[in-house]
Amino acid sequence: METTAASPGSSPGIVSLPTDELETPPLSLGQLTWRRFRRHKMAIAGSVVLIALVLYALVGAFFYSEAQANHTDTKLRLAAPTNVHPFGTDTVGRDILARTIYGGQISILIGIFAMSVEVTVGVLIGSVSGFYGGKIDSVLMRFTEAVLIIPQIFLLLVMAKYFGDKVGNVTLFGRTFSGSVVVIVLIIGLTSWPYLARIVRAQFLSLKENEFVLAARATGTPRSQIIFRHILPNSIAPIAVAATLGVANAIALEAYISFLGLGVRAPTATWGNMLQGAYNYIATAWWLWFFPGFLMALTVLSINFIGDGLRDALDPRSRAV
Amino acid sequence: MTRYIIRRLLQAVPLLLIISMVLFVLMQSIGDPIATMGGRQVTRTADRERLKRQLGLDKPIIVQYVYWLIGNDWTKVDMDGDGVPETPGKRKGVVRGDFGNSFVERRPVTDVIADRLPNTLLLMLVAEVVIIAGSLLLGIYSALHQYSKVDNVITTVTFVLYSLPVFLFALGAIYIFAVGFKRLGLPYLPAVGMFDPQIGKTPAQVAYHMVLPVATLSFIYFAAYSRYIRSSMLDVLSQDYVRTAKSKGLPRREVIYRHALKNAALPLVTVIGLDLPFLLGGAIVTESIFAWPGMGRLFYDHVSRADTPVVMGIMMMIALAVIIFQIITDIAYAWLDPRIRYD
Repeated sequence: METTAASPGSSPGIVSLPTDELETPPLSLGQLTWRRFRRHKMAIAGSVVLIALVLYALVGAFFYSEAQANHTDTKLRLAAPTNVHPFGTDTVGRDILARTIYGGQISILIGIFAMSVEVTVGVLIGSVSGFYGGKIDSVLMRFTEAVLIIPQIFLLLVMAKYFGDKVGNVTLFGRTFSGSVVVIVLIIGLTSWPYLARIVRAQFLSLKENEFVLAARATGTPRSQIIFRHILPNSIAPIAVAATLGVANAIALEAYISFLGLGVRAPTATWGNMLQGAYNYIATAWWLWFFPGFLMALTVLSINFIGDGLRDALDPRSRAV
Repeated sequence: MTRYIIRRLLQAVPLLLIISMVLFVLMQSIGDPIATMGGRQVTRTADRERLKRQLGLDKPIIVQYVYWLIGNDWTKVDMDGDGVPETPGKRKGVVRGDFGNSFVERRPVTDVIADRLPNTLLLMLVAEVVIIAGSLLLGIYSALHQYSKVDNVITTVTFVLYSLPVFLFALGAIYIFAVGFKRLGLPYLPAVGMFDPQIGKTPAQVAYHMVLPVATLSFIYFAAYSRYIRSSMLDVLSQDYVRTAKSKGLPRREVIYRHALKNAALPLVTVIGLDLPFLLGGAIVTESIFAWPGMGRLFYDHVSRADTPVVMGIMMMIALAVIIFQIITDIAYAWLDPRIRYD
């Protein structure tokens, strides 16, 4: 598909308007973003794959029940892929196809929720720090540095041990989740925010010097409104990019901790904990790690591509590193 | 400059203190170190009490922290359980270089770490060299042939590798190069350990066993670094002084390597300096998969057994390394780029 920047011909509403620049209604941020986004081929491909993967996890649930995913059949341990079990079975005879479906749901949910925690904390700390400056800023930034100094995976392992069994099982939408899911979401969110906080802070530092902030102040707008209604919407671009990449990151991190055996506990499946211990069977049962690993890698990759496309679309000046 | 370094070091002190406090509190409930001590046998309550006392775990957390930080050789501790402190403490505390004794191995944490550190350093430094050499090669090539087919392939492949979780790359590599090659009767790469115990720890053996872990560690960084080099190279190539160099008829080689690369590599120094200490810890997964006896594995094994002194020791060491590397990076940057000054 060839689309050049100069021809907005693909949307009929714009063509019919008079050629005078001023008469043309300005494009909204969303429209502008979409225009630039769709030029990023890999980002489009990523979106398509991601939608397919989400559908896989959602629609697959109609074909396999969760009980089926957690059903163990020790007579069928480590069975190679067959018609009955297209992806084979795992070490206790659970069907891997069904588990990748339910594992996918949990993995994607963990990604989204962990990202929400990350964004909430990061935006709060970054905006307060950037807006108020002074003592508050230096205290918060020292704290941010302190979190950044310990490699995230170390912190995650310690926190996973710390919160280990403190959260009981959770029932949501009539399904029971292992409490470890909540723990993982929290600890990933609570260790990922520093980068975002720094981005938001930098945005606030430059934005708060603008006239519109001065005007808002002059009209007596309360501070919380200036922060959340005036400055924050203007720094949405880098936050959106960071949030997108945050989802991919959280999915991968969950897999890391689960891979090391401190993540989500069985029987709740995630793509990560399906890989746990799989490397003991690397030579004998490739299907054990290939399917969940492949699905997860595909998800992370497509989200990263979307993030890359979003970055190009939202902030053309910044260069991907 | 000296004042700047001193100021940075002084700023690091409260930072390290806060980090150590938070970690120490977290450490208190990562598990029961005594539970794993008796092996399979259930520890008797009396023994538990005695062990707790001997390890100093019966004290309130603040006291434990103070003992950990500055030692307890200035006071007496109660060892026999009669409530009267009688034995003079022996610990010197972290500030004097004593990280305490490992609960699991019953020997100084510094010794435990010193056993593993060289292995990790070896792995890390070789990986870092591969990363820098490889990404320079890819990055420069991509920049010089911007938007060519090869550039597109490099950019896409590195992006894919970048998104691939480390363990998946490792599993795939083992499956192909260790399992697959062995099956096909080809010379295959070893997947576990540092050397073949039957042959012994010869340099050749270690190098041979390092191939897969080094590849795993370096491939994920290729993407980030080569993209970085590519974009900074492109930036520099469009600068006036590069045009001047070209137009005065300097050989292409000279323009690229002396005029452009030197300036383009500058931001890379920062990235490497800041990433280097993380490589120290980032190897947890890699070391676990390849059974490499390094720090990452040590950390993982001892977190699982709630061995607080070792875990604290490793984390504080890495924190210190990160801070020191940050300072070194800043200095190196100022030294390489005379426009930057710190005061």
